[in-house]
Amino acid sequence: MKTVNLSTYQLTNYLLYLADTNLVLSQRNAEWCGHGPILEQDIAITNISLDLLGQARNFYQYAAVLINQSTNQRAGSEATEDSLAYLRTEREFKNLLITELPRGDWAQTILRQFFCSVYLYLLYEQLQKSKDDQLAAIAGKSIKELTYHIKWSGEWVIRLGDGTDESRQRMLKAIENLWPYTGEFFIPAEFENEAVTGVDLSSLKQPWLQKINTVLEEAVVWSPAFGDGWGEAVFMQTGGKQGIHTEHMGFILAEMQYLQRTYPGAEW
Amino acid sequence: MPTQYPDILFQQKINKEIKIEPKDWMPEAYRKTNIRQISQHAHSEIVGMLPEGNWISRAPTLKRKAILIAKVQDEAGHGLYLYSAAETLGITRDEMIDDLHCGKAKYSSIFNYPSLTWADMGAIGWLVDGAAILNQVALCRTSYGPYARALVRICKEESFHQRQGFETLLVLSQGTVDQKAMCQDAINRWWWPSLMMFGPKDSESTNNDMGIKWKIKRKTNDELRQNFVDMAAEQVKVLGMSLPDPALQWNEANKKYDFGELNWDEFWKVVKGNGPCNKQRLAARVKAHEDGAWVREAAVAYQRKRKAAVRSSFGEAKEAV
Amino acid sequence: MDYIKKIYYGDIPGENSGGGELKGFSDPSLESGDEAWPLWEVFIRSKQGLDHKHAGSLHAADAAMAIENARDVYTRRQEGVSIWVVESKDIHASNPDDSGSFYEPAEDKIYRYPGFYDLPDEVKQM
Repeated sequence: MKTVNLSTYQLTNYLLYLADTNLVLSQRNAEWCGHGPILEQDIAITNISLDLLGQARNFYQYAAVLINQSTNQRAGSEATEDSLAYLRTEREFKNLLITELPRGDWAQTILRQFFCSVYLYLLYEQLQKSKDDQLAAIAGKSIKELTYHIKWSGEWVIRLGDGTDESRQRMLKAIENLWPYTGEFFIPAEFENEAVTGVDLSSLKQPWLQKINTVLEEAVVWSPAFGDGWGEAVFMQTGGKQGIHTEHMGFILAEMQYLQRTYPGAEW
Repeated sequence: MPTQYPDILFQQKINKEIKIEPKDWMPEAYRKTNIRQISQHAHSEIVGMLPEGNWISRAPTLKRKAILIAKVQDEAGHGLYLYSAAETLGITRDEMIDDLHCGKAKYSSIFNYPSLTWADMGAIGWLVDGAAILNQVALCRTSYGPYARALVRICKEESFHQRQGFETLLVLSQGTVDQKAMCQDAINRWWWPSLMMFGPKDSESTNNDMGIKWKIKRKTNDELRQNFVDMAAEQVKVLGMSLPDPALQWNEANKKYDFGELNWDEFWKVVKGNGPCNKQRLAARVKAHEDGAWVREAAVAYQRKRKAAVRSSFGEAKEAV
Repeated sequence: MDYIKKIYYGDIPGENSGGGELKGFSDPSLESGDEAWPLWEVFIRSKQGLDHKHAGSLHAADAAMAIENARDVYTRRQEGVSIWVVESKDIHASNPDDSGSFYEPAEDKIYRYPGFYDLPDEVKQM
């Protein structure tokens, strides 16, 4: 393994950011399990939830290794994927705000998945070339799953946008709701040091917009990113990467972490 | 060559273990019995997603969360295989779902009990899936081809369900005092409802006779229930827990466990819709279906537009020629 | 004795999909009631070099969705490397009433099998 002179602190936080983003989105998508619009799609969205959970675990596990290496934890109190997922607080979670929004209707769930999948795909494409072997390997493994998520969610965006009047209205509403949470994708946090990640975040914005617009155009749905750049004038919400979340976040963690918090130290 | 006595030929095929396939002649009652049983089985898988799905968001570790999601998703898959099998008998999935939603069709009563603690995920896997697997393995040789094939696939996939349930309980049984109590409590609550999963006593079951004659069912309710008790009574020892039945005792003469009488009042109460969660389970299914209506309609409308677009561009192309 | 209402794959009239009669087909408007997605048959190649084999069926609004659903439903445990889907109504099946005339004539054509031919022992393999 190559030894790379990286800032471990920044890399750890970056891994936590990726892990948290995937975990919270997985948690939201899993809410559909048993409640999907039709059996086949129930299974499909649950598959995506499982993929995201798997990616989150890969990032947490690597973060735990780095934390344990750098802090010499005594036996029994090492960081693990579970200590990172279940024993950090709202202010410590770094997930993108868009992932913690309620699942909403099928249009909101689909569009969020599409926005996030395209973003993560472009990000992982760069991370595959990261100087950090482990990070590159996780990104490389995840990108195949992302390819499918984009195809699946993109086709659904088009179906809903170009389906019935009702589905079109719902898709427009979803765009209106979600668009203000996409700006955060491209604003680097302090831990997103290009020297560490190898990713120039600002370079992802154009390809992201292009893919989003191609699909939204085919869906015959208006996009804030179309034409005159009116989308640029929308106020963009930020704070997820810094742990300044929406009010939804506390409830997600209260539910998710309940057993670990109630029975500290128990094995499951 | 159509025969004068199709019912006799039919029974001969059954007796020779020749599978009945969708297009074959079959008595109307055979068709109806299969539709009833397969769709009930399918509904059970789908409603069965709810008590466990209830814990996905609260699973105590990421590994347990992944396992639980995969398991509940498997149940959706099994429901789908079974609906498909029933559809070969000339009923649509929509009709079956309507029957479920209006209360006409039944599903396994076990899912009308609430899942209250994490240990319930273990107890459901070990006892409920355990009981279901016994039933399903016996059914893999059922006479209707599509049902048998669906069951073979289901049994193959289901084998991990019971194991993960038992392992969940095993970890709890070796855990803290609280966890041990949680484990025993879940076993206490799920034991009797699991025994009820095998249905009424043979002496009171109205569906067994033809089911056995036509080899739709291969074992009677009481036979399967006994197999289950014999299995669980041994396994519970490994957990260091007990089954909540003072009458449970090994009978050396009969080489099987004797066990106490089930509370049949409770059985019929839950079957008739008055269990702890009947209303909420059905309401959840109806809500998912109704909330999904606009999604399903949109996909149909979109597909229509695509077809129309292809037709009109084909027309234009022809005109251009 | 009741005869079953036979609804065959491929024998469903008009736009109805296989498996039975569907509701809502009378209303031609796009926003018509809750109309069922058609039924599709799924065939999976489990690995390179093997035939596609019937795996089961599912409902999907279009072919792309049917393939994706088949992937999600029937290959969760690495069961496949290739998927075919076809709408159930497009499958035409032989009639079991014909099975006598279809399949029995093959029974006495034993000369189609290698065991029919006696060869001297000197010919070890053929």
